[in-house]
Amino acid sequence: MKKIKFLFLLITLIIPYKAIALIEVDITRGNLNPLPIAVSALYTDKDTNDALKKEIKIDLVGEEISKVIENNLKATGLFNPLEKKAFLQKPDVAHLKPRFEDWSLIKAQALITGKVEFKDDKVRVEFRLWDVLAAREMLALAFTTSPNNWRRIGHIISDKIYERLTGEKGYFDTRIIYVSEEGPKTKRVKKLAIMDQDGFNTKYLTLGNELVLTPRFNPTNQMVTYLSYFRNLPRVYLLDIETGIQEVVGDFPGMTFAPRFSPDGKKIIMSFAKDGNSDIYTMNLENRIVERITNHPSIDTSPSYSPDGKFITFNSDRSGYQQIYVMKSDGSSVKRISFGNGLYGTPVWSPRGDLIAFTKLHKGKFYIGVMRTDGTGERLLTENYYQEAPSWSPNGRVLIFYRETKSNSDGEGFSAKLWSIDLTGYNERLVITETDASDPSWSSLLSN
Amino acid sequence: MIFIKSTYNLILVSIFALLLSACATQKAAKIDSQIQGDVYTGTDTVEYLADGVPDRVFFATNESVLTTASRETLRKQAAWLRKNSDINVVLEGHADERGTREYNLALGERRANAAKDYLMTYGISENRISVISYGKERPVDSGSNPLSWSKNRRSVTVKAN
Repeated sequence: MKKIKFLFLLITLIIPYKAIALIEVDITRGNLNPLPIAVSALYTDKDTNDALKKEIKIDLVGEEISKVIENNLKATGLFNPLEKKAFLQKPDVAHLKPRFEDWSLIKAQALITGKVEFKDDKVRVEFRLWDVLAAREMLALAFTTSPNNWRRIGHIISDKIYERLTGEKGYFDTRIIYVSEEGPKTKRVKKLAIMDQDGFNTKYLTLGNELVLTPRFNPTNQMVTYLSYFRNLPRVYLLDIETGIQEVVGDFPGMTFAPRFSPDGKKIIMSFAKDGNSDIYTMNLENRIVERITNHPSIDTSPSYSPDGKFITFNSDRSGYQQIYVMKSDGSSVKRISFGNGLYGTPVWSPRGDLIAFTKLHKGKFYIGVMRTDGTGERLLTENYYQEAPSWSPNGRVLIFYRETKSNSDGEGFSAKLWSIDLTGYNERLVITETDASDPSWSSLLSN
Repeated sequence: MIFIKSTYNLILVSIFALLLSACATQKAAKIDSQIQGDVYTGTDTVEYLADGVPDRVFFATNESVLTTASRETLRKQAAWLRKNSDINVVLEGHADERGTREYNLALGERRANAAKDYLMTYGISENRISVISYGKERPVDSGSNPLSWSKNRRSVTVKAN
């Protein structure tokens, strides 16, 4: 952080008439010195607090929102939210005009203050982000919404702060869809589940009567595609998570699997297995036209579009072993891109377009890694006994995946959990879920 | 006297070591006898469609090639199916847990189809056989070791009616 102070000084000396350089957080490297940030409770006066307590059964909602923000910022590994006990200024006074000396005394470099009001069944939440060292306001915004959305307000504020301080979009007002798992390994019960990115508001979307796998979000809306063994026929389904309505995708005489949406949300790309051969197909959701994309006697699966929709990456064992390939979206110009030691699978194109995340199996270990889209610059982020299926945060900075543990001969010791890791390879974290979990997929930002 | 005592100890230790190594080789031999060239050859999990007709065949890692033993099992199944022409079957293809989920679904399908093709060459009509892949979703042995994995790499023939 010394560097930031220094930079600030230097720029004010050289260009004193330009805008003062405010704090910024570099997210391109593993951040070993997270930015000390003070998140003051959002001020809520007594009448407002009483009214909201009655309305949504939450006491001290202003403080609760500040905790949502703190947790989000802390989980990035880029920020270090300071203990509220050390704060010298009261939330209401700080929000009006912070005494910056008090905040710099506790080593805060940034400060968040705010206020909650309740009028006509709506909450109005305003917040300000302050640069403590420069003694300046960096950002001030207000939102009005139904009080039940109080956690989402915390997420949206987190996104705004992250964006202001890092220069990139946040990923907090998002959800994760995944497969909830329970029961012994030989008779695992699996359900589709959805939760907020921070693990709250878990909802189960299926009952567990049939096996379900690999749910993925439509990047443009709240539709989901997944594999269900409904009536013992493994098929790709489309589910509207708002209405609960679902339908089979296409009319294939065999198993369809490994579905994903195209970036515009208008097509589903998937594999269709017939007579021992799996190839890649697309179905246009508007006119229902099915197109065959690959035609090869090998296993071609786990397809994923580039964000511009012009290319597809997938894995195939046409070389004899599972490897990663890239082709044009019409299936032409197929090129193998993975050439390292071991097997490569589950390629997923970064929403930023420049990288492909993958799973690698080498000498009995599983790795999550990234490579450039031409296969160069391979970087392994994490090694474990078993892990796979990375999914990108919408800003392309974080990967979520699942990890399984080894079991003894009685099946004891087995677990499946969600984990996340920064693109930098730092900040590996367990994502808490109510049950065991696998196959995570990260939604786009809900508010834009 | 001291010499004698230490010799005595040495003998005791050697006997103990011999016993241990015997145990170890016995255990290794037990696993060896159940896996040949990465393919399970034991009978632990096998069920029978009829007397002398095993219900499943096993595969090597990442492979869908039928071994000599698998072909023999499938010929027995074909003979049994020819005798029982009212019975239809489902071939359930499986993979072990050491692969990515989606690839394993495809691999399970490929294994079940290898068995299906063989049954068809022995005269069983295609419309009596359906195929389903469970990938790595339905292991029969929940251990995380080479022997458990070898039991899980399988195609199981199940009566459909």
